[in-house]
Amino acid sequence: MFVPGKWSEDICVRDFINKNYTPYDGDESFLAGPTSATTDLWNKILELRKKEKENGGVLDIDEHTISTITSHAPGYIDKEKEKIVGLQTDAPLKRAIMPFGGIRMVRSSLEAYAREMDPEVERVFQYRKTHNDGVFDAYTPEMQRARHCGILTGLPDAYGRGRIIGDYRRIPLYGTAFLIAQKRKAKDQILPDVMDVETIQQREEISEQVKSLYELTKMAQSYGFDISRAARNFTEAVQWLYFGYLGVVKEQNGAAMSLGRVSTFLDIYAEEELKNGTMTESEIQEVVDHFIMKLRIVRFLRTPAYDELFSGDPTWITESIGGIGLDGRHMVTKMSYRFLHTLENIGSAPEPNMTILWSPNLPENFKKYCAKISINTSSIQYESDELMREKFGDDYAIACCVSAMRVGKQMQFFGARANLAKALLYSINGGRDEKTGDQVGPVRNPITSEYLDYDEVMARFDETCAWLSKLYINTLNVIHYMHDKYCYERLEMALHDEKIDRTMACGLSGLSVIADSLSAIKYAKVKPIRNEMGLAVDFEITGDYPQYGNDIPKVDRIAAEVVRKFMKHLSKHKCYRNARPTQSILTITSNVVYGKKTGSTPDGRKAGEPFAPGANPMHGRDRSGAVASMRSVANLQYDYSEDGISYTFSILPSTLGKTEEEQKVNLYNLLDGYFNDGGHHINVNVILRKTLLDAMDHPENYPQLTIRVSGYAVNFTTLTHEQQMEVVRRTVHSKF
Amino acid sequence: MSTTIKGYVHSIETLGAVDGPGLRFVVFLQGCPLRCKFCHNPDTWRFDGGEEYTVEEMVRKILRYRTYIASGGVTISGGEPLRQAQFVLSLTKALHEEGIHVAIDTSGIYNEGTALTAAMEADLLLLDIKSFDREKAEKLTGFTTDHAWALLEERQKKNKPVWIRHVMVPGITLADKKEDGSEISSLEEWESANSEMVDGMRRLNNYSCIERVDLLPFHKMGEFKYEELHFPYELKDTKEPTDEVVEWAENALKKYFLR
Repeated sequence: MFVPGKWSEDICVRDFINKNYTPYDGDESFLAGPTSATTDLWNKILELRKKEKENGGVLDIDEHTISTITSHAPGYIDKEKEKIVGLQTDAPLKRAIMPFGGIRMVRSSLEAYAREMDPEVERVFQYRKTHNDGVFDAYTPEMQRARHCGILTGLPDAYGRGRIIGDYRRIPLYGTAFLIAQKRKAKDQILPDVMDVETIQQREEISEQVKSLYELTKMAQSYGFDISRAARNFTEAVQWLYFGYLGVVKEQNGAAMSLGRVSTFLDIYAEEELKNGTMTESEIQEVVDHFIMKLRIVRFLRTPAYDELFSGDPTWITESIGGIGLDGRHMVTKMSYRFLHTLENIGSAPEPNMTILWSPNLPENFKKYCAKISINTSSIQYESDELMREKFGDDYAIACCVSAMRVGKQMQFFGARANLAKALLYSINGGRDEKTGDQVGPVRNPITSEYLDYDEVMARFDETCAWLSKLYINTLNVIHYMHDKYCYERLEMALHDEKIDRTMACGLSGLSVIADSLSAIKYAKVKPIRNEMGLAVDFEITGDYPQYGNDIPKVDRIAAEVVRKFMKHLSKHKCYRNARPTQSILTITSNVVYGKKTGSTPDGRKAGEPFAPGANPMHGRDRSGAVASMRSVANLQYDYSEDGISYTFSILPSTLGKTEEEQKVNLYNLLDGYFNDGGHHINVNVILRKTLLDAMDHPENYPQLTIRVSGYAVNFTTLTHEQQMEVVRRTVHSKF
Repeated sequence: MSTTIKGYVHSIETLGAVDGPGLRFVVFLQGCPLRCKFCHNPDTWRFDGGEEYTVEEMVRKILRYRTYIASGGVTISGGEPLRQAQFVLSLTKALHEEGIHVAIDTSGIYNEGTALTAAMEADLLLLDIKSFDREKAEKLTGFTTDHAWALLEERQKKNKPVWIRHVMVPGITLADKKEDGSEISSLEEWESANSEMVDGMRRLNNYSCIERVDLLPFHKMGEFKYEELHFPYELKDTKEPTDEVVEWAENALKKYFLR
C-alpha cells in the first residue's frame, strides 16, 4: 500500500514521508467541524479544568505511586466516546509524581498542595539517589554562588531537563518488536577491544531503551492494543504514536516535552483511508481532535517556584507543521490544516504548541489559513524554515520554543540561560553582585570613573563573559552527567538512532537591556550612582542614545556583536559527551523573574523591572513601528544563536487592516518580509488590550484566552498577576 | 528635481496597514493648519520642530523596508503633508523611480501650485472630507471643505484614484440618537437622522475616481496627548459611537455608494 524504499529495511521515517506524502495546495473548505462526541468530550474537559482552577491549579495528585510507563491502570475521560485513549494516570488531570529528577521537587510540590509524602516513597528514596542529589554533590562553591544570585538561572538541576524529542512516528511505522530488534542488533555491534566509559555507558543505555520499549508495549496492551506490530490504518497510526508520547510523559517530567513533526507523516495514513473510502473527512478530523485533546490535558506536578519562572502549566508539546522538502516540494498536507483546525473545533489553546515552519514558498492558501488562525486564536508561532532547513534538513522539529533538531538523530542538553545584563553590572562592580554585594565573579577593581567609558566597559564585559561562559558550560556538564546517570530518558532515546548529535544548548537573557546600556554608554553620558559599598546601584543618563528595536544600525550592531561574542566564548569550552555548544535568545516568561533579580542598568531600566522577553526590544522603546522592531531582531545572526532567537509581536486586529481579508493578507506579507530579512522566530498575538484587562478582572469569562509569550502559548488567566501586567504593558503595536 | 530638499518629519510608522492598500511605510510630516477637534495627533500641529530628513535620506530609509512593502507602498501623512509640498513632490517622484506605490493622506487644504502637482503625482490620494456640511466643517476644523472638493475634482478630471475618509463624531458629523433624543433602532431611523451623511454618500457616488470610502468611528485614544500638550480637549464629553450605529453607517454606505 505504501511506496517502499530505504525505510522498508532500516529505520528511516524521513524516507517513508518523502516517498509517500501528498502535498496539498487547496484551501480549508474541505475541513469538517467537531462531531457530537468531540464536543461532549471537550465539555467534560472544560468542566474538569474549571474544577482544577478552583482547586488552586491542581485537580488531584496520586502521591502514592512513583510514575513509570506501566505504573498506572488505564484511565479514560469517557471510554465510549474516545477515539484515542490513554492518560498519564488512571483519571484525567490527576497528576503523578516523578521523583527521579529530584525528590525535593516532589516534596515541595506536595507541600504546596497540602499533600503528604507517602512514607513508602520516602523510604525508596532513602536508597535511591536522584539527579538533583547528584548535581549538588558535584557542584563547586562558585557554581552555587552563580546559581544563588541568579547570574545563571532556570538550570535543570532539580527537575527533568526535557527538550528531547522521541521520534514517535517510529512506533506506528515499525511497531515496537522491530524497534527492539534493531536496538539489540545495534548493541551487539558495540564490542570494542577496550571497554571505555563511553562504551559502557552506551551499552547500558541501549539495554534501558529496550526495556522501556517492552514496558511501552505492555502499557498499550493494558488499553487493549498490540503495538508490537506496525499500525494498519489511520486511527491505529495516531493511537500508536500517542502511546509513544504518553509513555514518555508518564516517565519524564521534563521542562519541555515536544511532539516533533508528526502531521504530514500521519496524513499519509489518512490519504490512504480517503482513497479507499474507508473513512470520511469528519471521521478523520474526529480522531485528530481527540488526539489533540489528549495533548491538551498532559499535566506535571510542579512547584510554585517553578511556575513563577514558567507560568501557565506549560508542557511545550511543540508540533512543527509545514516547511519545504529538500526536493523543493512544500510539506503542507491536509493534515497540516486539520491540526490547525482543532483550534477552531475545540477552541484556542496553548497546547500543543503549534509551530509553522514558514517559507515564502509555502502555498498561498496555507499562508492565508495560518494568518486567519493567528488572527482568531493567537495560538500559533512561526519559525523560518529557510534558516533551519539549511542546517537541519527537512525532517527536523522544534523542541520547546525555538530549538531545532533533526528528529531521532539529534538531541540537546538544555541549559536554561545566563543573565548577561547582570554580567554587565559585574563588569562595572568588579565581580560583585549588585544586589547582595557578594563576590561572585573573579575579584577585580571596580570601574571608578565618574562617567562610564565605552571601551573600558566593553573590555571588562568581555572578561566577565569569558569567566561566565566557562563557569556556565562546566555547570551544565555537571547537570547533564547527573541527568544521564539518574534520570535517563530511556524511552525518548529508544526512539532515536544510536549515533546522536548532541548540542549544549546555552542561552542568554537581557539582550535588549545590554544593547541599550552599551548604546547609552557610547552615545550618551552615563554616570553610575554608587552606594556605601561602592556598588553602582543606579545610573544617571544625560542625552539621547539610539535604542534597540528601531532599525538603527548603530545600536543593532552592538546587539549582534554581544550575541556573537558570547557564542565565541562558549565555543571555547569542552562539553560533556562532546556536545557542541549553541545558544538561544529566549526567556519564556522568566524575563519577569530575571528582572526582579537584577539591579538598575545603564539603559535607564530600574532595579527589579522586567527584562523584555527573548530578543524583544524593551517595552515602549521601539517607537518606529513593528517592522522596524522586526528588522532590529532579524539583524541578529542565527549562525551565532542556532538554538533560536525568540521575538514576540502583539498587534490590535484593527491595526492589521480594515477587513478580515486585508488583515490576513497583511499578516502573511508581514511574515514573508520578516523571514526574508533573516528573522528566525515570531510569536503573533492579535488581541485587544481591553480584552486582556477584562480577562484580568473576570478570568471566569475567558477560560480559553490564549496568548503567545516568548516561544510558547499560555492560557492568559493562568499567569501570575505580575506576568499579566507585564504582557499588558508590552508594546501592542498600534499607531492611530 | 533635487534630492537635497528637506522635510520635517514628526514620526515614522513602519507597519502601516490601514492607510492605503497593503503593508505601508507611513511618514508623518510635521505641521498642520487645521484644528480638527477630534484630531488624535495634536502633537503634529505645530509647524516648527520635527526631525529633518532630505529626500535622499528618506528614500534610503524606506528602501530598507522594500520586501515588506512590496505589495503595499508608502503613505505620506501628517500633520498636513502638502504644507511641505516641495518635499512631498520630490519624495513621491523619487519613490516612483524605485517603482514604489505612493499614497498622500491630505485634507486638501493646499490644492494649488506645487501642492496640486504633488497631489496629482500620487498613485492614490487619501482625502479627508471632514464633514458633509460646509459650515459644520468650519466649526469643527477651522476651514470649510471647499478645498477638498476642489482637489477631488482635479483627481476626477485625470481619473486618478481617491479613497475618501470621514470621521464619524457623535453629535457633530454623526447622529447617534434621534432628534427627540431617543435611541435609533433601525437603518431607516438612522438614515432619517443622518440625512446629511446620506446626501454626502450620494454625492461621492458621482465621482468615479473614488474607489473606496472609509467611515472612521471617532475614538478618544489621543485624548492624553491634549493633556500633555496643555491643549483644551473639547470633545471630552463626546462618546465613541456604538458598534450598532457604526454598522448602520456601513450599511447605508453600501446602499448609496455603489462600487
